[in-house]
Amino acid sequence: MQNGQTAVMERATPELAALQEQLQQLQTQVESLRRQLPDNRLSMVVFSGDLDRVLAAFVIASGAAASGMEVSMFFTFWGLTALRRKRDSRGKTLLQKLMGWMTPVGTQGLGVSKMNFGGIGAKMLRAMMRQQGVPQIEETVQMARDLGVRIVACQMSMDVMGIHKDELIDGIEVGGVATFLGDATRSKTTLFI
Amino acid sequence: MATVQYDVEIDARGLQCPMPIVNARKAFQNLQPGQTMRVLATDPGSVNDFKGWANLVAEAELVAQETVEMDGKTVYVHYVRKK
Repeated sequence: MQNGQTAVMERATPELAALQEQLQQLQTQVESLRRQLPDNRLSMVVFSGDLDRVLAAFVIASGAAASGMEVSMFFTFWGLTALRRKRDSRGKTLLQKLMGWMTPVGTQGLGVSKMNFGGIGAKMLRAMMRQQGVPQIEETVQMARDLGVRIVACQMSMDVMGIHKDELIDGIEVGGVATFLGDATRSKTTLFI
Repeated sequence: MATVQYDVEIDARGLQCPMPIVNARKAFQNLQPGQTMRVLATDPGSVNDFKGWANLVAEAELVAQETVEMDGKTVYVHYVRKK
């Protein structure tokens, strides 16, 4: 009895080892294939500082996040103005101060891309959205943040425009093009707004 | 009217895109597997939105959609089950 079992074991061992090796190879292949697949992620560059465009960006971002996607938004150039929370001229060059005074502070100050007429267009759009029950951009931003959307401010634009991190809203990150590419290359969808 | 049994109801009537799916997501997270939620919306875009949403969310199954008249308004009703 004892001998019979040993004989079976001896015959089975090489086959088992071969199977284990095959399994190992398959696991490695699956792992490398998985690394090549994009994440369920949406990456956006928000370049514009227009109310309507930034609104579109945040509506898409919160919709994607609500659909279970990871969302990254990279704010650069005019887009940065949407993230400002105060105007602080300390430690800035004359041109940076001028730029700071000439650009809006936060979403409240954004104008529309067409027919703005010194801010009247933006007020009109906001009133029309209210009439239709569309959430205001501030609510949409809050919603996107509650849903865990990653917001990154472009360091280079901040340096050029002289914007310091403490002038921007809390809870955001600062990064460069590699931060964007890091997320964009593993995204299913990438948008430039 | 209810053609499908449901456990939770979300009233998104009067809300515009993206609010119906944002509210649906919040409720969906609290659903137990096998449970169904019913979403009421007046946004006509929600009909396609819930189809797209169910495609994106792996655990969500769009069981049925129907259009009904409620308090003199057209209401789009979506039934979503958690797998």
